[in-house]
Amino acid sequence: MSINIGGLQLKNPVLTASGTFGYGLEFADFIDLSRLGGIIVKGTTLEPRQGNPPPRMAETPQGMLNCVGLQNKGVDYFCQNIYPQVRQLGTNVLVNVSGSTVEDYAACAARVAALDDIPAIELNISCPNVRQGGMAFGVTAQGAASVVRAVRAVYGRTLIVKLSPNVTDIAEIARAVEGEGADAVSLINTLMGMAIDAERMKPVLSIKTGGLSGPAVKPVALRMVWQVYEAVRIPVIGLGGITSATDAVEFILAGASAVEIGTANFIDPTVSMKVIDGIGQYLDRHGLASVGDLVGRAH
Amino acid sequence: MRKYLLDLTVAEATMLRTSYLLLRLHAASGPLPQMVPGQFVEVRVDGDAGSLLRVPISVNLYDSRRDELWLLVHVVGSGTRRLAALVRGDVVSAILPLGRGFTLPEARQGGGQRYLLVGGGVGVAPLLFLGQELSARGAEPTFLLGARSEADLVQTELLSAMGPVHVTTDDGSFGEHGLVTDHSLWADADYARVCTCGPMPMMRAVARKASERGMECEASLEGMMGCGLGACLCCVHPTPEGHLCVCQEGPVFTAERLGWTQA
Repeated sequence: MSINIGGLQLKNPVLTASGTFGYGLEFADFIDLSRLGGIIVKGTTLEPRQGNPPPRMAETPQGMLNCVGLQNKGVDYFCQNIYPQVRQLGTNVLVNVSGSTVEDYAACAARVAALDDIPAIELNISCPNVRQGGMAFGVTAQGAASVVRAVRAVYGRTLIVKLSPNVTDIAEIARAVEGEGADAVSLINTLMGMAIDAERMKPVLSIKTGGLSGPAVKPVALRMVWQVYEAVRIPVIGLGGITSATDAVEFILAGASAVEIGTANFIDPTVSMKVIDGIGQYLDRHGLASVGDLVGRAH
Repeated sequence: MRKYLLDLTVAEATMLRTSYLLLRLHAASGPLPQMVPGQFVEVRVDGDAGSLLRVPISVNLYDSRRDELWLLVHVVGSGTRRLAALVRGDVVSAILPLGRGFTLPEARQGGGQRYLLVGGGVGVAPLLFLGQELSARGAEPTFLLGARSEADLVQTELLSAMGPVHVTTDDGSFGEHGLVTDHSLWADADYARVCTCGPMPMMRAVARKASERGMECEASLEGMMGCGLGACLCCVHPTPEGHLCVCQEGPVFTAERLGWTQA
């Protein structure tokens, strides 16, 4: 079940997606966190952020929209208060790093680089819910490259770049970040969408638009993982609407070396364990020795 | 408090009045965990392909002796309509108990402390459990319920077994005509604490009333929740100390923490 993602060794290919699993501790009553391939903690920025005003969430057919907007207490708070609690969870704890400027991203990544027990970061250049930075960097090859270049210069461990689906050609962005030394890419972040309350005649969300996640986005995510797998040589981490082991296997067949589980954690806090067990059973049933034998096999 | 993911079996599903559903539930195996008034559960009807997220519902009553959980649901949307289709023997998945509840006096230390419990609409739900726990600790609950009309009043008989029940209705069809904050009992109100659950404008007005009279107040908030576990930060409420997660820091907050004590 183990797999290597750009130098990061995972005991199995199942990670929990940033923003859907808190710091992992929120789920400790339900599952053995040490069984996870990894936990990607919530989006962290150099300075504390309040995020967007409520309402921040709208349920949609087989999905949900959110516009949380990177609410977090800042990287220093993480280092001092959260890191001591999560460094010994027995699994890989990755920090999702975001920012408003290239300098912010680099400064935040540099602080995380000083934490011995954080083996990798996921660089978030794809948050659709912040005015400055976030997705603005992730929608052009040049913007994406500029952030990755700055972070690569200060961050020596595994650097995963989380890509936005809100682009014309995601393969072009993936090639650009690979060219700047990214060790892996993860995709997709949420799809930009909106909901309107017909009775109130107004948008539901406070900032009008939000990011769509959940099973509704899975076909789009799967297609993009397929395309990016063909475009780059670095490993791809797939996410978007995974709720079962079969979903996860589909992403791996499309080219993902690992998967992230997001919105499904809200519905079943034990879903990650079921996905891990189910992938193992799938490998056995098909007589495959490792996850690696499955990666990209549908191509 | 430790949280559990449990299957619950429907012992009884009853419609109260026209649009209120009372679910009486047992754990499918083993006992229910301990709960505190004001806490909530995240419910999902198993195998429901049409909906995605769980529905947060406050605990109407937890009866440890009978090992029974009551949920009072105002049937308004598609999620709650699916709950209304449940029948005896059906199984629902629940995450519980969630959030922080109302502040209770220590066991048997509530001797004679008077509490005013103010509920609006389905906000009456947690007050039954709260009234029960206050009574068990020797405190004396008084209930003040606001409803649109007489037809929206539920569980008043159960509440009146624990303390006086006062009512206001928007249309004057029962009790005093007007809002809960217009009720005549406020004229000489003297309670150790006011606990409220209902529409946000009502709770703010109740908190202001309590503050003017120097009474402590706690309010149970609602929020559009993603996870109910404090992981997604969807259900925040703006407060003087920033955006606080309703599902984790609440749903019960002191009026002070919400910044509702100033006029």
